[in-house]
Amino acid sequence: MEATIEEITKALDSERTPLISVLHAVQAELGYLSTEGLKIVAKKLDIPLSKVYGVATFYTLLDTEEKGENVIRLCESAPCHIKGATNILTELQDKLDIDVGETTDDNKFSLEMTSCLGICAVAPAIMINGTVYGNLTSKKLDSILDRY
Amino acid sequence: MRNCGHIDPENIKDYITRDGYQALGTVVTELKPIEVIEIIEQSGLRGRGGAGFPTGLKWKFTHQAAGKEKYVVANADEGEPGTSKDRLIMEGDPHSLLEAMAIAGYAIGANTGYIYIRGEYQLAIKRLKIAIAQAKEMGLLGENLFDSGFNFEIKIREGAGAYVCGEETALLKSIEGERGEPQVKPPYPTNEGLWGQPTLINNVETLANIAVIIREGAEWFNEIGTEGCPGTKVFTLSGDVENEGIIELPMGTPLRRIIEGFGGGMVDDKEFKVAQSGGSSGGCMPKELLDTPMDYDSLAEIGMTLGSGALLVMDETHCIVDIAKCLMQFFKHESCGKCVPCREGNKRLYNRLDKISKGEGELEDLERLRDLADTMSKTALCGLGQMAPTSIYTTLKYFKDEYLTHIEDNNCTTGSCRGLVDLEVQDKRGGKDYGNNN
Amino acid sequence: MAEVKRVKRTCELENKRINSLRELNDFKEEIREERVGNQKRAGVRITTAMGSCGIAVGAQEILEAISDELTTRGLEDISIHNTGCIGLCEQEPLVKIKIEDQPAVFYGNLTPELAREVVKNHIVDNQIIASC
Repeated sequence: MEATIEEITKALDSERTPLISVLHAVQAELGYLSTEGLKIVAKKLDIPLSKVYGVATFYTLLDTEEKGENVIRLCESAPCHIKGATNILTELQDKLDIDVGETTDDNKFSLEMTSCLGICAVAPAIMINGTVYGNLTSKKLDSILDRY
Repeated sequence: MRNCGHIDPENIKDYITRDGYQALGTVVTELKPIEVIEIIEQSGLRGRGGAGFPTGLKWKFTHQAAGKEKYVVANADEGEPGTSKDRLIMEGDPHSLLEAMAIAGYAIGANTGYIYIRGEYQLAIKRLKIAIAQAKEMGLLGENLFDSGFNFEIKIREGAGAYVCGEETALLKSIEGERGEPQVKPPYPTNEGLWGQPTLINNVETLANIAVIIREGAEWFNEIGTEGCPGTKVFTLSGDVENEGIIELPMGTPLRRIIEGFGGGMVDDKEFKVAQSGGSSGGCMPKELLDTPMDYDSLAEIGMTLGSGALLVMDETHCIVDIAKCLMQFFKHESCGKCVPCREGNKRLYNRLDKISKGEGELEDLERLRDLADTMSKTALCGLGQMAPTSIYTTLKYFKDEYLTHIEDNNCTTGSCRGLVDLEVQDKRGGKDYGNNN
Repeated sequence: MAEVKRVKRTCELENKRINSLRELNDFKEEIREERVGNQKRAGVRITTAMGSCGIAVGAQEILEAISDELTTRGLEDISIHNTGCIGLCEQEPLVKIKIEDQPAVFYGNLTPELAREVVKNHIVDNQIIASC
């Protein structure tokens, strides 16, 4: 872990105040931001751990807890809401048998909420890892989940 | 948006064939910085992020400010729900943003630009990176542009999911590697911005107008739109209209024409009920306001906002209380927690609305909603908290009857408030719990 | 995301360093001339809208279906292009077909099957499909 983080901080060495970029990169490499990981980041960047932790917990896309292999983020902004995002949420909860913020037993999926994904014309929408899916229906949801 | 759909965003040559980088070339080889600023001032361009501040003036302030180094920052943290104009520009025409940032850099005296983009926009990030690499390869970014001695480089900083970072001081804090919490203004970023240096922050759509203004001239731009708000506005139309999507129209186009023209009218010919203009922090416009010209000034006059140009259109099947509750849930989550009026206010607004939606509301709750809204709009630190109650104000003004139906008759006529629907079912079946499975 | 191979890759001018406005203008003209030539040779140009909204509802699958159909039918003189979102997000996935000397036609709300039909009817048989 230390070597990975060192590599990341070195690569961003020329950037001024790169903390958030570093955290993004560490999360991409290691899956989530563990306490151990945050300690190393703090040391390498010479920033107090309290600040690193404060930043890591401020932002929705940074995870300080271990997540499943795939993170499903459901948009619950007003445009998705009026197109039935609540039903999609219920479906997801039923299908995966987890609540928002939880991970399935087989560690395959985590369920999170997100703010607007900017594809409101094809609402309701979800994002799985970096990929977005729109015009969701119950049937479509099944075929999308099957791909993972 | 003139290039969107006509060019391959991953090929700089497509942009060049449509006169790309001509404006930058002209600016750095033929104009003095102050002359560039004058053109932008004369064009009357106003910030398209929502506040509508005159862009030329902002450039001038940053130009005049003293500092060791200056920065140009593109605000691409398009978090306003129901808005995707900046996404469209960055995914479809990324070079127009890069060219404008370099022009702005030349005008204010900056050699570095940052694009602060929300982490959710992965495709836009990818395309911007490709665009930057291609522009560098051709010497259209980097050192000694057009052999003029002017250097400009652009870096991308990815946000990490915080709506409040669309607020300019919070955005700068985030680039500085801190929690994205808004700061007290003044000092304004034009004087003390990124790392304490003078910083120009413009919205992506604002910047997308720059190159074309330089090429076609301020007068050309002036002739589009209204007198106080020249130019075009990109609207993101969503909700219960036939054609949802993104459209660029002259400022001041009436709401009705947007919905019936581009929008193709309401889905299934249902009755129009309300349009929320400007995203979640915008006001809810009822039927009687359908003929309002959509520009900053006309909307401000009636207590509405143009904001980011989001238009969420809803038909008669949607419940006002349910929508307001959904909006407050959003603000409750997105409040950064730094100032009390916003942190507590949004929570309390949500709780009251939740109570009303469950049939437990009292008349007094409406008074409390208004009180809270007043306190927040007057005392919150930044735009998030000040604007969060806009939907409360406007719905209480135009849809008070619907709140009253929820409170006095325990009834949600649209069936959206599930708490009330459950109550009805129970009543009909002799008090037994046959509540639905929601 | 797997990159789809272009059916026919038109060899393009190399990007080069631009040192003056004149060089920029000259380069612009060079690209234009080259493109006019390519277009004449290709005859058909297919453009897929690849914004987030399009990709979210399957633009990638549409592009794959079209490429596959073109390959199966051995159609070569066709250039395939990508563009961003054009604003008609509700009609996504969207594809534009432009045949030399004919007006451009947009097909919206495509499925991979429909996209294959478009190739067959519009490009092979030159019949525009009306209800899409």
